Amino acid sequence: MLTGLRVTGLVLCTGVLVLFALLSIAVGARSVPLSTVVDVLFDPDGSYDALVVVGQRVPRTILGILVGAALGLAGALMQSLTRNPLADPGLLGVNSGAAAAVVSAISFLGLTSPLEYVWFAFVGAAVAAVVVYLLGSSGRAAGPVRLALAGTAISAVLVAYTYAVQLADDKALDQFRFWIVGGLAGRDLDILTRVGPFLAVGLVVGLLLARPLNVVALGDETGRALGANLGRVRLTAAASITLLCGAATAAAGPFSFIGLTVPHIARSLVGADQRWVLPYSALLAPCLLLGADVLGRVVVPPSELEAGLVTAFLGAPVFIMLVRRRRVVQL
Amino acid sequence: MSVTRPTTVRLASGRVSFRLHARSLWVCLVLLVVTAGALLAALVMGEYPITVADAITSVFGEGSRLAELFVDRRRLPRALTAILVGIALGVSGAVFQSLTRNPLGSPDIVGFGQGASTGAVLVLLVFSGGTTQTALGAFAGGLVSAAVVYLLALKRGAHGYRLVLVGIGVSSMLIAFNNYLVTRADLNDARAATVWIVGSLFERRWPEATLMFFTVLILVPVTLILGRALSILDIGDEGAKGLGVRVERSRLALIVVAVALTAVATACAGPVAFVALVAPQVSRRLTGSGGPGLLPAGLLGGALLLISDLVAQRLTSPGELPVGVITGAVGGVYLGWLLLREWRSGRG
Repeated sequence: MLTGLRVTGLVLCTGVLVLFALLSIAVGARSVPLSTVVDVLFDPDGSYDALVVVGQRVPRTILGILVGAALGLAGALMQSLTRNPLADPGLLGVNSGAAAAVVSAISFLGLTSPLEYVWFAFVGAAVAAVVVYLLGSSGRAAGPVRLALAGTAISAVLVAYTYAVQLADDKALDQFRFWIVGGLAGRDLDILTRVGPFLAVGLVVGLLLARPLNVVALGDETGRALGANLGRVRLTAAASITLLCGAATAAAGPFSFIGLTVPHIARSLVGADQRWVLPYSALLAPCLLLGADVLGRVVVPPSELEAGLVTAFLGAPVFIMLVRRRRVVQL
Repeated sequence: MSVTRPTTVRLASGRVSFRLHARSLWVCLVLLVVTAGALLAALVMGEYPITVADAITSVFGEGSRLAELFVDRRRLPRALTAILVGIALGVSGAVFQSLTRNPLGSPDIVGFGQGASTGAVLVLLVFSGGTTQTALGAFAGGLVSAAVVYLLALKRGAHGYRLVLVGIGVSSMLIAFNNYLVTRADLNDARAATVWIVGSLFERRWPEATLMFFTVLILVPVTLILGRALSILDIGDEGAKGLGVRVERSRLALIVVAVALTAVATACAGPVAFVALVAPQVSRRLTGSGGPGLLPAGLLGGALLLISDLVAQRLTSPGELPVGVITGAVGGVYLGWLLLREWRSGRG
């Protein structure tokens, strides 16, 4: 019965996601009649409307779904792995690693488009994540407070470096300030083909980890007694998190709130069972991201508000409400 | 980490007593000497080098005109502002970390630094305000965001953990808003705003130093007196209530003074982030005392900020970096090294 409810919920979430995807294709700063949207979707006739809808909104929507799913799943994996309800790509150094690499690429190599610095963001994010994890897990296993402290330490250094480069180089400051807000605008299909494979692998591996993570959640002793290879599960999860966060941040810039908030919502809906938390997080997060993106397109016409700004303004109140309403669902 | 016991000193046949911690005293003394040395260095070093003798005569008597100009009008007030801002941040950081029972519970985490940035950046970019207005904006922004965080976290007592979580929520909204304002500004304004967000002591003169002096003079003793409740609050709300401490009232009073300290410090120098987080952590390890250790935290903060500002001024030439870049980098590296060392040896 309970499982039935959860399955129904999962179907509902998928439905909502499809709805948001359709909204994202239909609504924009340039208003295109719905009938025209449908027409050009099935028959891209080379008109300006077709260019906008098929050339921009469709890839943007696909990117939004993948990036959102990646961030939601990564957040859920991270919180389960570290048993830390505060775990979030932003807190664990991923965003600041990507930012430091991007600002370096702009300032020292003179790169000018997101397409060019996507690899730098990816490598920066991955290196920072690995360093934070190694620092946090030196000695004994990585405890939640340790990882958060390690993340704070590494982030502080990277953020300081990022500011120093920005302030020494006006050109870098000018470009970087638009990257740091995080958004889906102006990202085309090329970015998707570059980071898509990483996102796909990360998503599949991450979702497959649900059952082992449930065993790990029973505690080290019990987990071992049940035959789980704790080290391997942790390492696989860390690799998957790094793939997901690195690729998502490389593609769309840093989003700090999705990975933190969505798993909390998922757990408040379905409890602590990772077999449900992970897919719910992966479905709910893109709803939030696409919703934020659509809202950002219509809220201040004729310009757009970056999705990263909107998610912070939507995600933060939800998060605060959750924190106030109850104890954070135990991990 | 070994915790050394304090000695209880009783005066006037036991009616007045205070606890003396020998190692903390030594640490405080050493920190004072280091700060004095750094202060002297701050007076003599710079684009126009000045001899030690010249520097001292310009401070205490009549120096040459150029020495007066550099030492008395520029370097001395800037260095004093650095020390006092550092003290304020260190003390309030220690209070926050103790109250939230969380090493990350610094004023920055509870939304203060971000709120101050938002206030300052709003004044700078939207109203094109000058230095004083910007400082007032930071002051107001910091206070408002701290109050909002506290009220949002308030529910049958602002429990430490909830305070940190709500702070993270509010902070991320403010960061997003700051970033938004910076993307919409022209490049010069964006640079000015970024310097503000990082925290800088560039061009700080006597008005800032005087304001900080009176703030520290009044608020630090008040905090130290109120701080006696901190070690009792440490044992938990129930236990503290049992010992007759009015938990909510003590906590609120401490938050108010700590926020006031941070507010004035931030208005003078911007949200120089890492000092409030690192100074209490480091001083606690230096003194080896289990308690909140407000005074050593403050002195360490002062020394840290002054030395960081010296480095920030001299590191790049001709321009100078904002001090927040140095404190961030140094603080981060030190925290990382400290954690690594403790965890390697199986402690913590």
